[in-house]
Amino acid sequence: MLSIKNLKAKIDNKEILKGINLEVKPGEVHAIMGPNGSGKSTLASVLTGREGYEVTGGEITYDGKNLLELSAEDRARAGIFLAFQYPVEIPGVSTTNFMKTAINEIRKSKGIAPMSAGEFLKRLKDKAALVELDVEMTKRYVNVGFSGGEKKRNEIFQMAMLEPRLGILDETDSGLDIDALRIVANGVNKLRNENNAFVVITHYQRLLDYIVPDFVHVLYKGKIVKSGGKELAYQLEEEGYDWIKEEQTVK
Amino acid sequence: MSEDIILDKIAGDYEWGFSTDIDMDTLPKGLNEDVVKFISKKKNDPTFMLEWRLKAYKHWLTLEEPQWANIHHPPIDYQDAIYYAAPRKENKLNSLEDLDPKIKETYEKLGIPLVEQQFLAGVAVDAVMDSVSVVTTYREKLSDLGIIFCSISEAIKEHPELVKKYLGSVVPYSDNFFAALNSAVFSDGSFVYIPKGVRCPMELSTYFRINAANTGQFERTLIIADEGAYVSYLEGCTAPMRDENQLHAAVVELIALDNAEIKYSTVQNWYPGDKNGKGGIYNFVTKRGICGENAKISWTQVETGSSITWKYPSVILKGDNSIGEFYSVALTNNYQQADTGTKMIHLGKNTKSRIVSKGISAGHSQNSYRGLVRVGKSADNARNYSQCDSLLMGDRCGAHTFPYFDIKNKNATVEHEATTSKIGEDIIFYCGQRGISEEDAVALIVNGYAKEVLNQLPMEFAVEAQKLLAISLEGSVG
Repeated sequence: MLSIKNLKAKIDNKEILKGINLEVKPGEVHAIMGPNGSGKSTLASVLTGREGYEVTGGEITYDGKNLLELSAEDRARAGIFLAFQYPVEIPGVSTTNFMKTAINEIRKSKGIAPMSAGEFLKRLKDKAALVELDVEMTKRYVNVGFSGGEKKRNEIFQMAMLEPRLGILDETDSGLDIDALRIVANGVNKLRNENNAFVVITHYQRLLDYIVPDFVHVLYKGKIVKSGGKELAYQLEEEGYDWIKEEQTVK
Repeated sequence: MSEDIILDKIAGDYEWGFSTDIDMDTLPKGLNEDVVKFISKKKNDPTFMLEWRLKAYKHWLTLEEPQWANIHHPPIDYQDAIYYAAPRKENKLNSLEDLDPKIKETYEKLGIPLVEQQFLAGVAVDAVMDSVSVVTTYREKLSDLGIIFCSISEAIKEHPELVKKYLGSVVPYSDNFFAALNSAVFSDGSFVYIPKGVRCPMELSTYFRINAANTGQFERTLIIADEGAYVSYLEGCTAPMRDENQLHAAVVELIALDNAEIKYSTVQNWYPGDKNGKGGIYNFVTKRGICGENAKISWTQVETGSSITWKYPSVILKGDNSIGEFYSVALTNNYQQADTGTKMIHLGKNTKSRIVSKGISAGHSQNSYRGLVRVGKSADNARNYSQCDSLLMGDRCGAHTFPYFDIKNKNATVEHEATTSKIGEDIIFYCGQRGISEEDAVALIVNGYAKEVLNQLPMEFAVEAQKLLAISLEGSVG
């Protein structure tokens, strides 16, 4: 469903992505690992249409459409969801109201009538239970006064509410203690099915103990330099990224 | 693109920017004692009014324009404005059918419920075009209850005892520069009197419209709720788009006698000027109310218009156990400047006041909250709660808070909370990533932010105000 070919992108005139290739099919989970500054978050930003990034080459197709032509909100409406590394706070807007607006905007773009209050409430309760989130939390303003862990859990809750086809998790594990990590990972696992796919961006292997990927890719200096199965993640955990760096220097 | 289409497009930003071609009766530019006398004569003022106006004018000559507000504008030439403009057909109408069709059309464009069927909506309207009150609806129905709702000019003629007793009793002509100017030259406005123990059964409403070019509008509103009475009053304002700045200096006085309650709501949408700050209304307004024992005055304002707003609706809590409230949303965009807030003057025992101010700044605008809480020596157990929030959109605008406290009684409880938040591209992107467009995101955030104030407005007004906030902020982030 997602096909990235030779993608190159710049920010502030500095080339960050230098030719990325990636194929994601329904039902798959891809992990993207790499040292700091390798371009992992830039990839997430370019995929979701954040402003300030200039695509200088290559293409991205999503469900046969040229993704780069779509606005950020149209990508979201087409089923792409990003769990943010740094979720923002939205004062004055409760998570409930935020989700109701999001769901109905997405439905509107497809010509579907707004969701009934009853159906919405049921989904809200079900999905909150899925990520072990107290329903009371959804009455609070989006992320305002939340701890780092609560914000991340709220991201996964939103992902559950919106039921995307492609979920991108940008360093969702950073800043989480082991219990929160387990809850977040469980939530993702319960959402996995044969119609959707996930791209899990992470610096550490430990998240992948819980969300077991089908493929692991190593991003280094703006390119995917190694791809493999889940065993690649273990190798990285044991040996670090140095051997990857050395391999690249030799080349 | 033809010029018409371009004009249409520009006008699209400020929907109320049309002007109406009506036969007008106007004075030449300038202000002097003869102008004051002319206005007074034109209004058939009794002698006491003429004397009061002249005293006000002479006092005004001794005053200087206040400079303390956080607003900046080129000097205003008070001799360059027209102080009286009226639609020529001036006789008061008994029936709506007699109204000049062009004026009627203007008000229909504005969506003012003038037609009789609006009776069902329960809104009685006094419409003020430029300086003259054009028509007052549902007067008969109200007069059955002893309620007087008419233009201030009529009140001066028909109820001189009430006017004499209360006009200037809360805002004396010597109060400030703009109040003195208004007292000298005001040509119309609304008057309301609710008799003892009467609960006004419908919302009373005034729509102010500046139509003529180069004209200042100086209306005067006087509302008296006698003992145990209740009234809810709405005020709406619009003006055509004009390149020059127009002056608006109104005075509103509220008198809530013992056990009475007055709720005063404003949706102010005077022309704010264009995207580069050209044109727009200079809005210098003095609004103040006084409470008797157990009385309550509540001001609610949604301010989106004017290039400059200088306005501090205040309450003097004179009677024991009286309550004053101020709920405000002030939105500024492009090059607008607003310096607005309130004064709560606690004099009586057990008096309470509540201030909720929500500023929204966008574009290159500057938005200031300025508020005074004063607790006098005798005001035992006075309580005040103030909350001042600022919302910034983008990074070229400014939000400022100037709270003043003057507490002379040790039993007083005064609380002040303030927050500042910013809607930047990161929040807009976050919303976009959830499928919510920029426009909807801004509306969602602003309505959530302003909800506490909007909830104070009567239903239809709240809906209108919500739309107005969204329209005023279109394209303001990023």
